[in-house]
Amino acid sequence: MKKECVQIVSQREIAPAIYELVVTGQIVRYMTAPGQFLHVKVSEELEPLLRRPISICDVDQQKQTVTMLYRKEGRGTSLLSKKKPGDLLDLLGPLGSGFPTNEVASGQTALLIGGGIGVPPLYYLGKQLQQQGVSVISILGFASAADIFYEEAFRSLGEVYVSTVDGSAGTKGFVTDVLTQQLITYDGLYACGPNVMLRALQQQGVKGYISLEERMGCGIGACFACVCHVPNGASTDYVKVCSDGPVFKIGEVMI
Amino acid sequence: MTRLSLELPGLSMKNPIMPASGCFGFGKEFASFYDLSLLGAIVLKSATKEPRFGNETPRVAETHSGMLNSIGLQNPGVDQIIAKELPPLKRYQVPLIANVAGKSEEEYVEVARKLSQQEQIAAIELNISCPNVKEGGIQFGTDARTAASLTRKVKDASKKPVYVKLSPNVTSITEMAQAVEAAGADGLSMINTLVGMVMDWKTRKPVLANKTGGLSGPAIKPVALRMIYEVAQCVSIPIIGMGGVTSAQDVIEFMLAGASAVAVGTANFVDPFACPTIINDLEAWLDKMKIESITELVEGSFKEWEVPLLSR
Repeated sequence: MKKECVQIVSQREIAPAIYELVVTGQIVRYMTAPGQFLHVKVSEELEPLLRRPISICDVDQQKQTVTMLYRKEGRGTSLLSKKKPGDLLDLLGPLGSGFPTNEVASGQTALLIGGGIGVPPLYYLGKQLQQQGVSVISILGFASAADIFYEEAFRSLGEVYVSTVDGSAGTKGFVTDVLTQQLITYDGLYACGPNVMLRALQQQGVKGYISLEERMGCGIGACFACVCHVPNGASTDYVKVCSDGPVFKIGEVMI
Repeated sequence: MTRLSLELPGLSMKNPIMPASGCFGFGKEFASFYDLSLLGAIVLKSATKEPRFGNETPRVAETHSGMLNSIGLQNPGVDQIIAKELPPLKRYQVPLIANVAGKSEEEYVEVARKLSQQEQIAAIELNISCPNVKEGGIQFGTDARTAASLTRKVKDASKKPVYVKLSPNVTSITEMAQAVEAAGADGLSMINTLVGMVMDWKTRKPVLANKTGGLSGPAIKPVALRMIYEVAQCVSIPIIGMGGVTSAQDVIEFMLAGASAVAVGTANFVDPFACPTIINDLEAWLDKMKIESITELVEGSFKEWEVPLLSR
């Protein structure tokens, strides 16, 4: 875990309110595990105070760059979206535990399931799996055709199914509809998206790994903001999304 | 003795900086960032008799220059703390202050007794000011007689000095301070968080599952300074000051207001290196202010200065 002021290389809006931010710095060399996240200070001042957790979407070790995708939603991400190439950004990370990539072997197939702003961390995961000789199939869910991003990037990894809530592209409905309608065979499953999506997956009884999103304070396990109950155990048992996760085995956490 | 070192009841400190309770866990998260022996002291997360999950999430909400929390004293219980959390801290040369909470006088007394018996624990901080639990906590900290009674019982049970952590959610902070001083408190910690609320217009409900939470961060610094300034002038026990401290300049200001040492809370969440950075910057401030020892600053805003002021 490191902290560094990195430099912004580029920033662009790739879908409505979805921004792709590329930064460069020494800290990138530690970003080797897909599924980890970065804790970003969007202002040099005391306002807004807290950092913003953003997942790692892609890493280029040669260029020493990391790509983050985020949705402009509140004060913090609005400020972040105004940053220009050359601006400095205070970055803490990489934080948390990532997706276990050794769960699928070379020659086997991994299914990636992403919903909305949960799609980004799956890209770096897919790239690493592909390098390991794993076949990658992706199901990506969005609100509508206009909200789709990174579809082409995922196509470079393998087969892609898209679902949209309004049916304007791909399968009408949710990623879980694709999962039940298409008979996809796979050896390992990795998912990231809104809790309703992850809950639905958990209820379908599939096995695999999910990455959770929670409201966070510190991002390092000290503030106890992002705790979740666990199914089997005492009522006081818990996991912290920031430091025990954000990636958990399906069924390990109550969502 | 160095320019930054100081002595308080039970505490021999290299510098006046300590992470505040609830903002540092039991230290291990920060130990991966820096050597905890750099700190003046460490205040541990609140301990209760039994394990507590705390409140449901969301339990943190950002506010302007601050944040609300309603964690609700999540902790593994005093026995687990002694068995699991204290041993890894043995390797650091830093005084530990154990923060004690409870639902009843009996619970406070039992937890304080157990922790004060630990050789590693240098002092007890009595948490009578947590605003996020339904029973105990702040209800002991808003009535002077109740606070004094509890302080006396914990003092009798504790082998180590007792600092009472005061709540700002009272009509008269000086009355509370004087009451616990008269009951035997060795020092005061102030201030805990201010009760607040954040509303979500979309859900039409408070953001926090607990509805209310404790406000911390730079937003509360002026309130903390005012209360420390008032209390320091009417008690003779030392004050550990806290409330929105993020920089060495803040530390100087808190000590001028009357704090003998300063705790850093929310800033640890924003920057894990907040405490060592502040400690590192302090000596330059002493040079700038042309003073030899940091202890000269304590109560400096209302006592006579023996050295000329830099500017008028």
